[in-house]
Amino acid sequence: MIEMLTYAFMQKALITGILIATACSILGTFLILKKFSLIGDGLSHISFGGIATGLLFNITPFISALIFALIGSVGILKLKEKSKLHGDTSIGIISYASLGIGIFIISIARGFNVDILSYLFGSILAIKETELILSTMLAIIVILFIIIYNKDLLYVSFDEESAKVSGINVNFLNTMLVVLTAITIVSSMNVVGLMLASALIIIPPAAALQLKMSFRKTIILAALIGIVSVITGLTAAYYYDFAASGTIVIISTLIFLILLTFSKIQAYNSIKKLQTN
Amino acid sequence: MHTPIIQLKDISFAYTTTDVVKDISFEINEGDFVGLIGPNGSGKTTLLKIMLGILKPRKGEILILQKNINVFNEWFKIGYVPQKATNIAKDFPATAEEIVSMGLLSIKKIPKIMTKEDKLKINEALKIVKMTAFAKTRITELSGGQQQRILIAKALVTNPKILLLDEPTTGVDQENQTSFYELLGKLNKTGITIVLVTHDIGRITDHVTKVASINQTLTFYKDHNKFCSKDKNHKHEHTLCIHKE
Repeated sequence: MIEMLTYAFMQKALITGILIATACSILGTFLILKKFSLIGDGLSHISFGGIATGLLFNITPFISALIFALIGSVGILKLKEKSKLHGDTSIGIISYASLGIGIFIISIARGFNVDILSYLFGSILAIKETELILSTMLAIIVILFIIIYNKDLLYVSFDEESAKVSGINVNFLNTMLVVLTAITIVSSMNVVGLMLASALIIIPPAAALQLKMSFRKTIILAALIGIVSVITGLTAAYYYDFAASGTIVIISTLIFLILLTFSKIQAYNSIKKLQTN
Repeated sequence: MHTPIIQLKDISFAYTTTDVVKDISFEINEGDFVGLIGPNGSGKTTLLKIMLGILKPRKGEILILQKNINVFNEWFKIGYVPQKATNIAKDFPATAEEIVSMGLLSIKKIPKIMTKEDKLKINEALKIVKMTAFAKTRITELSGGQQQRILIAKALVTNPKILLLDEPTTGVDQENQTSFYELLGKLNKTGITIVLVTHDIGRITDHVTKVASINQTLTFYKDHNKFCSKDKNHKHEHTLCIHKE
């Protein structure tokens, strides 16, 4: 572990990975509570269209993916609002349209010089310095926003109507939540790739929710699970040459399964205790 | 002299092309406990949402604390208790204390850190609804009746002048309903104006001072004691008067 930290590229990968895991996990907690967690998946598809467009027009794919994801996130909200469609239908329409654009561009460009697989599956150890810096900065922005607005976001997740009545700017918070998700998905593209980007948004908070703790403790635990998964994944990638992205997702899934089992045993014991009393 | 606290003037509202509520006008005075009754689909919840500014009427004017609702900004003076107990997600990660603290967010400045004074207000609100012992318990581990008490504490934490409740006892057992309505009666006696939407009219009769019956339009709005002694023909009125007699 110590040896690994002597390399500058590993230090950068760890710092970026930890920040992105924190951003994903805390943001994901609110998305799960609002039953909107699949927007992460939708925004991954939208970003794919952005990457293909960027490669075709020689724009940095990170930037074109970010632009596509930001426009797509607001588009999903507006489509849901104006057409009165269900959230998942709006996500499906916009994300598959963008995915279609991506596939169409790849087919007319007859392949690209760059390895599009690195965007799909992530390559944090081989990513460009500028993209690492951008990912880190965006993750910090997301974390700061959530620290500032976490109580309001919890209120909106609990009861949107009551929050609106008490004067909370619900529209602003809902828009920011999807915009920040778009930013987070594109930032995490370097760590776990687009295919698995939404895994870090869903799995760590879902694992933390199993312990049935207060909101404060849940959000801290979700971030810790995300961070542990990233550190373990990168360590495995360094020492055993495993794919970092896949290992990160497998570790977080294992933590989820352990906590799920623990919570079921705890519930079983509580019922047993009640029956014997 | 009664001070009007909510005034509805000629209110009509339609979700699509047909009016759900039509030409409704009445006043709620300071200290009133109004039971807003009516059959399912009569528009009573819609009317409550119009009073709360959640829905905008197609026609008419609403005054809250004598200010037009479009310019009214003292929403911390209004406590709202939704029909929520049955809708709380079973894995929602918040303690009773955290839920009550949500009521204070609208009057706090960013980053909205809870001070010692805020914690005292939260404890006081929990004390009023007799839920102090459950402050650290997760909301999902409480019974339906206890959850509704926590939602009332959330509405009371800003010391509101008006409390509006939308069928708050849905999913709550009979015993807890009785103590819940007693709690509302006590709150009303401390000076809080209460508007309660319900179709469980028999249970509110011991506490309400006025009854407004809605069925798209306002079918009657009377002082509770007056119509109990005079009109006994209306089905709702008859049910409402049983307890009074």
